Amino acid sequence: MPQVSMTVNGKRMAGEVEGRTLLVEFLRENLRLTGTHVGCDTSQCGACVVHVNGDSVKSCSILALAADGAEVTTIEGMAAADGALSQLQEAFRDYHGLQCGFCTPGMIMSAADLIKSNPNPTETEVREWLEGNICRCTGYQNIVKAILAAAARMRGEADPDFAAFAAE
Amino acid sequence: MPKDGIGESVKRREDQRFLTGAGNYTDDINRPNQTYVYFLRSPSAHGRIRSLDIAAASAAPGVVKIFTGDDMAAAGLGGLPCGWEITSTDGSKMAEPPHPILAQGKVRHVGDPIVAVVAETREQAKDAAEMVAVDIEELSAAVDMSAALQGAPFVHDELESNLCYDWSLGDKDATEAAFAGAARVVSIEIVNNRLVANPMEPRSAIGEYEAATDQHTLYTTSQNPHVIRLLMGAFVLSIPEHKLRVVAPDVGGGFGSKIFHYAEEAFVTWASKQIKRPIKWTSDRSEAFVSDAQGRDHVTKAELALDADAKFLGLRVDTMANMGAYLSTFAPAVPTWLYATLLAGQYQTPAIHARVRAVFTNTVAVDAYRGAGRPEATYLLERIVEQAARETGLSPFEIRRRNFIQKEQFPYPTPVAVEYDIGDYEATLSKVEKMADVAGFPARKAEAAARGKLRGLGLSCYIEACGIAPSALVGALGARAALYEVATVRVNPTGSISVFTGTHSHGQGHETTFAQVVADRLGVPFEQVEIVHGDTDRIPFGMGTYGSRSLAVGGAALAKAVDKVIEKGKKIAAHLMEASAQDVVYEDGAFKVAGTDKSIPFGQVALTAYVPHQYPIEELEPGLEETAFYDPKNFTYPAGSYVCEVEIDPETGAVEICNFCAADDFGNIVNPMIVEGQVHGGLAQGLGQALVENCAYDETGQLVSGSFMDYAMPRADLFPTFKVDTETTACTHNPLGVKGCGEAGAIGSPPALINAALDALSPLGVKHIEMPLAPSRVWAAIAAAKPSEGAAAATMAATPTAAPTSAAEPAKSESKPGLMGRIFGRS
Amino acid sequence: MYNFEYAKPDNLETAKSLMAREGAQALAGGQSLTPTMKQRLAQPELLVDITGLPELKGVARVDGGVRIGGGVRHVEVERSAEVQAAAPALAQLAGKIGDPQVRNRGTLGGSIANNDPSACYPAAVLALDGVVSTSNGRDIAAADFFQGLYETALEEGELVTAVTFKAPMRAAWMKFPQPASRFSLVGVFVAQFADGHRVAVTGASESGVFRHGDLEAALNTGGDLDSVAVSPSGLIADLHGTPEYRANLIRVQAKRGAAAMV
Repeated sequence: MPQVSMTVNGKRMAGEVEGRTLLVEFLRENLRLTGTHVGCDTSQCGACVVHVNGDSVKSCSILALAADGAEVTTIEGMAAADGALSQLQEAFRDYHGLQCGFCTPGMIMSAADLIKSNPNPTETEVREWLEGNICRCTGYQNIVKAILAAAARMRGEADPDFAAFAAE
Repeated sequence: MPKDGIGESVKRREDQRFLTGAGNYTDDINRPNQTYVYFLRSPSAHGRIRSLDIAAASAAPGVVKIFTGDDMAAAGLGGLPCGWEITSTDGSKMAEPPHPILAQGKVRHVGDPIVAVVAETREQAKDAAEMVAVDIEELSAAVDMSAALQGAPFVHDELESNLCYDWSLGDKDATEAAFAGAARVVSIEIVNNRLVANPMEPRSAIGEYEAATDQHTLYTTSQNPHVIRLLMGAFVLSIPEHKLRVVAPDVGGGFGSKIFHYAEEAFVTWASKQIKRPIKWTSDRSEAFVSDAQGRDHVTKAELALDADAKFLGLRVDTMANMGAYLSTFAPAVPTWLYATLLAGQYQTPAIHARVRAVFTNTVAVDAYRGAGRPEATYLLERIVEQAARETGLSPFEIRRRNFIQKEQFPYPTPVAVEYDIGDYEATLSKVEKMADVAGFPARKAEAAARGKLRGLGLSCYIEACGIAPSALVGALGARAALYEVATVRVNPTGSISVFTGTHSHGQGHETTFAQVVADRLGVPFEQVEIVHGDTDRIPFGMGTYGSRSLAVGGAALAKAVDKVIEKGKKIAAHLMEASAQDVVYEDGAFKVAGTDKSIPFGQVALTAYVPHQYPIEELEPGLEETAFYDPKNFTYPAGSYVCEVEIDPETGAVEICNFCAADDFGNIVNPMIVEGQVHGGLAQGLGQALVENCAYDETGQLVSGSFMDYAMPRADLFPTFKVDTETTACTHNPLGVKGCGEAGAIGSPPALINAALDALSPLGVKHIEMPLAPSRVWAAIAAAKPSEGAAAATMAATPTAAPTSAAEPAKSESKPGLMGRIFGRS
Repeated sequence: MYNFEYAKPDNLETAKSLMAREGAQALAGGQSLTPTMKQRLAQPELLVDITGLPELKGVARVDGGVRIGGGVRHVEVERSAEVQAAAPALAQLAGKIGDPQVRNRGTLGGSIANNDPSACYPAAVLALDGVVSTSNGRDIAAADFFQGLYETALEEGELVTAVTFKAPMRAAWMKFPQPASRFSLVGVFVAQFADGHRVAVTGASESGVFRHGDLEAALNTGGDLDSVAVSPSGLIADLHGTPEYRANLIRVQAKRGAAAMV
């Protein structure tokens, strides 16, 4: 069987896979990094989003072999080693941006990519960016708030005034 | 009140694991020496299995064993049971055909499992399944409900009919009399579209058997592990409770679809014993579309009688409800006791009669989905009330106010067998009217018109029955189980508290809110309380989470158990303080002798209970652990008013939700942040139903919307920022005064959106439109209405989904409307 | 998914020799191919990953237009200064394909080689009079390249190396998404050149992407697009829209696109 190796959350990882093994299968089954989830089979739900070489991608639509040699970051790599949450994760908790938690890893990984390319997104830009991430629990409102608040915090600003926000 | 008690927006403690990828969902679990099963499912909606050849597949690489329906029959396994029996108006019991684990003889819907292939890996199981030769004789399919009631083809040949039951509720004669005296009759024919629940976590199950102890374990994506243990153990596999453990670990959303007992759970539990290895199954999303029970799917004809002042005199309803091919766990109850009982809504309509026919079709089974029956009732009622407003020329607000049950009228028995304990409908209506700036709407409409957009405002006032349910009552109505809830509060020797609840959290945040309730009631720090759920080996018993019941029933059990702990603690404290137990009070986390300064903290009593050196050992057992069963006295009745504003692009038919305001009365609130989140989520599902979601079958029974490519899931860009607020009338009959909030959004929002769209479109002559508001459908309605109103009506009649029901036939006997009233009593 | 052999060549010549093998299939971003294979609707024996080919990379201004490598990802086109200068509507189109994660993987060459009837890129290639360059050294005009549903002029093993788009005077991309898949229910690319307008339509026709002559004629003569009769004949009928509805969307989107051109 072919060999694959990649750097996952800063650690060099290697394993044997089939040609048809998807990146998400390699992460979940070979590496037992089960924070990355599978919620559909048509590449739409985004529960499987991870970063490959810095870009957010759907790990259900990439072969493990296609990520050979890549730098991969999963949800397990987002918090500090001592469990301290990143600003984005913290904002999801502060704004109740998750309920069942299943879509959450993909949401976080997608949102992190948004803030990287657009540090000061509008509400509309956040909602449009999340086109590839489906949540069935939250109605998205608190996810959007969490992302806007995280972006503000990363810019060193105070959280937006969401009361005024809803009144617009 | 201690910090983080009732009423505080405490941040969720479950978030740490979910935010770091450390959740433990069923598919995250692997058992040693595990195998995988793939179910080969029927590609046909209806057919006879002529032959089945598994020889080649059995020899495929990695195959452990292949099972067919014959194996199930040979093992003498029961079919999947139904948990509710409905009695028809003529006194006959509902038709209850067998529901085999794997198809035997016939396949009855696309996705009906035929063969189970167990192999070393998932892909090997799939590879081998392609080598199974199945020869199916295609039969014509029963798909449309009206046609299915007319005769063959029969989904279940032995029934010689596709009717499951023909049921009714309410006083037919009084209703007829009301119509005879009416100044105006408003009528409507509507479809409540079929939906797919689609929790983001697909279902999964692992069966494991330990021969040395004869112990079965099932890990499963369930909202109610004890119910699965009961149904599967007692009715399907004949495994006694003490030999069967059901674990529902972290579950990624349910919305009803994970209440039910499914074939795959029974299969992995049974077959893991046959092959003596664990078996895992995880559904693909495409598979979920043809194997998870679906929701809604009603076709209804209704009439509302009004007097000259637009007061409602009577309501007459005739509904066909789709059951799909088999009866799922709670399916028969949904369009009856969870639907017709809510047809009074918030109004004083004195006479109501509803007839409901449940129909078998060659489609996936239909069962409870967020709201379950109550959204169907609310949609019907709020559409017909809106129609009445339009026909009488009254504003939607005014016609509702004229007919509201007034707050001094509670408790209020309705003509459809329930008794509302409390409410204040004017309060939520006034609140939403202000939140939505209804007064400013004409200006917004004019501004939209200047941009070429049609703007409309829609109102909906809903009521729901939650806190399911009083056991004696539901037993009388056909439930085959009780619906109380159970909690154990274990005070550990050093004063920390482990709470075991029979409810199950799959997004609701019980680990946080239930800890708030216990911390508040005991006056101890929140951090000292841990909530345990989801494992039949750890939890004494329970009925699970659905029907917005967890806090109203499970929370009440929790409060009762805490009160028992305090009562016992008082006796221990009395001994320690050399006082009489009657003189001991419990305040702020300490036992005190009333009128003195004697006081012992909770922790000291806890320690004494486990180190009973100085203890009334003759009268009292050591230890401090109490279990309570709480059986509710009545349903709870959350209610509220929603306003939706939309803009429609008349050239494309695109509908945009511009503004949505919700004013709800959920009774007392434990965690406002979580309640808001529940409302948001409910709104997204209700608005999703009204705007984009549609589970569609073609005339051959093929599922046309079988993946996210064709079944539209609401995305973030579909919604504006919702404005939500609450009013409070505390529930009168449970210890926390709570009502439940999980389903409200899904119940109240669809008619608000459709009423808004019709408000926008009515100037063009569009009087009726079905859900969902696909742009193509809106555009067609506008196009058809343009030449004349007559043409519009013709188009509507030609809409295939709006198949008219046949006229109501005279019913022989009626369910007694006073039944629930008698059981609840008035005082 | 059926199993297969996987190869990732690092130059075009190796890729070509691999593609010459029986049962070989090119894998670019894989945003359509992977889901198709997961449904077991495709069974290649050898998957040739072409994302590592330097010959397929790069965006460059050329005389009167812009040349985009077949392996250039949608996100790169969206953010490319060259594309934004030559044809801002093309950058906009790339920025609305799929979702951000699809755009981070999907490529121009992969999209047009697949020629999904609802894909966005084919409309731009047709409207901007694109020329498709291939690994066989051919330069194929857009009109000859797209040959119906999932059919193109590519021969077995032939790869798209680049597409050269003409820079229009003004253009606009109007996407009306199908509510579930978010592919184009109808997408209209309107472009104006010195010698007239081009209107290309995707998502609508049973025969794939096409130009609408009557709408182009009306634009060229300054006519009222509302008076153009768009025939529903040959348009797609499905859960999301009738042929009549799609015909209406073609006209409305073309009209709005003409007004929105930049």
